[in-house]
Amino acid sequence: MNISADLAVLVPELILAVGALALLLFGAVRGERGIGLVSALAIILLAASAWFVAMPVTYEARAFGGAFVVDDFARFAKLLILLGSALTLLMAQDFLVAQGLDKFEFPVLVLLASTGMMLMVSASSFIALYMGLELQSLALYVLAAFHRDSLRSTEAGLKYFVLGALSSGMMLYGISLIYGFTGTTEFSSVSHVVSAGNVGIGLIFGIVFLISGLAFKVSAVPFHMWTPDVYEGSPTPITAFFSMSPKVAAMILFLRAMLGAFPAAIHEWQQIIIFVSILSMVLGAFAAIGQTNIKRLMAYSSIGHMGYALLGLAAGTTQGVQGVLIYLLIYLITNAGVFVCILNMRRGGEQIETIADLAGLSRTQPKMAFAMAALMLSLAGIPPLAGFFAKFYIFLAAINVHLYISAVIGVLASVVGAYYYLRIVKIMYFDEAAPAFDGTMGVKLGTILAGSGLFTVLFVVGAEPLVMAAANAAKALLP
Amino acid sequence: MSHLPILSIVTFLPMLGALIILLARGQGEGAANFARWVALIATLADLVVAIWIWANFDGSSSAFQFVEQANWLGSGITYHMGVDGISVLFVVLTAILMPFCILASWKSVESRVPEYMIAFLALQTLMIGVFCALDLVLFYVFFEGGLIPMFIIIGVWGGKRRVYASFKFFLYTLLGSVLMLLAILWMYLYAGTTDIATLLATAHFPVAMQGFLWFAFFASFAVKMPMWPVHTWLPDAHVEAPTAGSVILAGILLKMGGYGFLRFSLPMFASASATFTPFVFVLSIIAIIYTSYVALAQEDMKKLIAYSSVAHMGFVTMGLFTLTHVGVEGGIYQMLSHGIVSGALFLCVGVIYDRMHTREIAAYGGLVERMPVYAACFMVFTLANVGLPGTGGFVGEFLTMLGAFIVNTWVAIFAATGVVLSAAYMLYLYWRVIFGKLVKPGLQAIQDLSAREIAILAPLVVATLVMGVYPNFVFKVTSASVDHLLNQNKMALAIDRAPKLASLAGAGR
Repeated sequence: MNISADLAVLVPELILAVGALALLLFGAVRGERGIGLVSALAIILLAASAWFVAMPVTYEARAFGGAFVVDDFARFAKLLILLGSALTLLMAQDFLVAQGLDKFEFPVLVLLASTGMMLMVSASSFIALYMGLELQSLALYVLAAFHRDSLRSTEAGLKYFVLGALSSGMMLYGISLIYGFTGTTEFSSVSHVVSAGNVGIGLIFGIVFLISGLAFKVSAVPFHMWTPDVYEGSPTPITAFFSMSPKVAAMILFLRAMLGAFPAAIHEWQQIIIFVSILSMVLGAFAAIGQTNIKRLMAYSSIGHMGYALLGLAAGTTQGVQGVLIYLLIYLITNAGVFVCILNMRRGGEQIETIADLAGLSRTQPKMAFAMAALMLSLAGIPPLAGFFAKFYIFLAAINVHLYISAVIGVLASVVGAYYYLRIVKIMYFDEAAPAFDGTMGVKLGTILAGSGLFTVLFVVGAEPLVMAAANAAKALLP
Repeated sequence: MSHLPILSIVTFLPMLGALIILLARGQGEGAANFARWVALIATLADLVVAIWIWANFDGSSSAFQFVEQANWLGSGITYHMGVDGISVLFVVLTAILMPFCILASWKSVESRVPEYMIAFLALQTLMIGVFCALDLVLFYVFFEGGLIPMFIIIGVWGGKRRVYASFKFFLYTLLGSVLMLLAILWMYLYAGTTDIATLLATAHFPVAMQGFLWFAFFASFAVKMPMWPVHTWLPDAHVEAPTAGSVILAGILLKMGGYGFLRFSLPMFASASATFTPFVFVLSIIAIIYTSYVALAQEDMKKLIAYSSVAHMGFVTMGLFTLTHVGVEGGIYQMLSHGIVSGALFLCVGVIYDRMHTREIAAYGGLVERMPVYAACFMVFTLANVGLPGTGGFVGEFLTMLGAFIVNTWVAIFAATGVVLSAAYMLYLYWRVIFGKLVKPGLQAIQDLSAREIAILAPLVVATLVMGVYPNFVFKVTSASVDHLLNQNKMALAIDRAPKLASLAGAGR
């Protein structure tokens, strides 16, 4: 085996890993002198990594005996992950300074988490999967508790860690069962064994444990309990991060594990996914209605959205994978904008988080209100905004494989969900104005919000290239 | 194609106006006036384009005209626009009503004028888009997108219970429409395209599925129409919406339901339509009679007109599902004339609401003494709403009942009672508001119509009377397309029934 050839495939990940370590040293030598420079360097590293990911590769590259694979599917996901991480760093900077949290470890941890996620989406064996996942998770646990003097933040970190460790344990147990009953950890070999009609009860147990662990990572019902608490307790830019890159990475991992390793056992696991998906859509819609804290609301919103994405997985077709990819792309960019708005909810220097504080925003900050309204209606899935097309492709895939009941429940849940998104629009536009928020938002936040808003509104015009890119990526996973 | 993309122009011209207002945002009265003028100019320019389309429309052909097609989402979903005899007049109707809406809001909307005008212009783009779209997905995008500006219009500039009304409007309509989305997806997967022209020409959906598809579309259009018993959002929305919002709601948005039946349900799901025709007749009759009685009991003028709209839409659905030439033509005519008449009635209510800030019927009386011109205008629209011969309302009601009479006498007889009832509630309204003694102290100083208000109502009076005496200018445009539609329906029905006949013949042998 030629190690240098293997490493050549791994360049984007190496840039991040080596860069993160170098930045850690650099930061430690430099001491407590703000994160501006480290953050900027981290963004440059992310951009460099994205450059190598985006370089046109026509072949499918494998490394480390097939444990690591780079195909269009992984590259699509990696670009999303890197975008989410870069947006997080941009969003976080001013916030961290204002809160006295500007420690250089923050960008380093984001880089390490991103490395883990990149390994996850390229993982083609259960061992590689688990290693990537743990690298990501450990960095995320620390990030959740980053505000270490805040009770809520440390609680969020601890809760996330305990439950996350539990789910990792379950997944590991599932993996060991799968290994025991198939004799291999590699996805393609597992799928060979399974396609020989070898779906014993032990293997099914293994798959169920694996799904439980993965469902935890994407915060699907019934493994969603951690989400609202962690979303609420973590510092806001980190909540934004949780809702972007790790969601993408975990969902992509879910797709690759299920469709890469067990395509032949689809009838065994499909019903579980359908069940989880329906529960998530419905719970996400109903539980969000009663929320008063906007971060908790976004947590339930994300549970619901992962339910829709899982419906694409349940379809188990190329079309379904394409739908999930489009969904994740739109969801990530929409969420970035929403969290910029949440970050901008400051009064008297204090960060505020209740929905009622948005009252009358359309009078005090009309541009922000307009963007936020567009993003909310997009999350609700109202055409002509981007969120509609996300749901459109998911339901198209579901209908194509005759998942009629799930599709009907899904659209009905989206009507219920529309209620709470509309409620935010109502508070911003119909209600009397509350005191204005502090100042105007900075250039960085303003640009992200404008970009996110424009994407949401203009997706309807320029959708085709993105849809086609997602279709190509999906073909790489399921030809 | 080399010719001008005229339908895109008529659709997106208002959006351009909205963009100009959005980008030129200032503060205070200057910005408000700027927004008003931009909106008025944009809608008038749009009207000119719409009339040009009408004038150049070839009424002898049933084909889609002014067709544009461009790449959109790939894989059979394209940006396809075109109008035929059924849709072109709805485009014109929208373009006609919009300048009146802008004018009617000139003084009565004081707060957040630029946003108001942006919402209306965006709404116009989406409404015209609905009637021009020749692709199911494009149609759905326009159809659903219209909810957003209307939600904002009701919620921001509405009355006391505006929040309740706006949510009810939005969620009710959304709930109706999402099932249609699933049906559209199914049709796309079955036929491989969402092109309406192609689907009309070639696709035949299996009879077993047609029932589901028909119901999914019906759920959406029946809510939009609205048909009894899913009409309850309409009175709330009407009462709370600002005047111009009510005009658009009654004048255009309700027509989307009827248009949807004509464009999709009847030609594409022929056998399901045939099966469910009695069901539609029953709902239509209940709508005509029941909501007329409800209208009789209303204390609020806008609510009364809202219920009368439901009753009049009952005539439309009845006429369309007779599947006779006169019935369908009558349904279309009724929609067009109701668009003018109900819009004008809401404008009339708006006139006195702007003066007295109440819509309670009991708060008025004897207005004829102080407002003779207003009384005359209001009378024309009242009588048109009753369906008096010589007004636009008569032609549509008469033809739909004629169509019903051909198909089913009982339906026609029940529907005819609705005409009597409509006379009762409208004349009762007119009597209470206009006649009697002018004794209420608040009314002593009320002013007759201003020049601006005359400019709004006079053209509508003329239009109502012209539609009453010379209906042919509509039928010239619609006739060929309606014939084509009925042929499509018959042929589709024949194909759907052919296997059954064949199997019957086989069994006989």
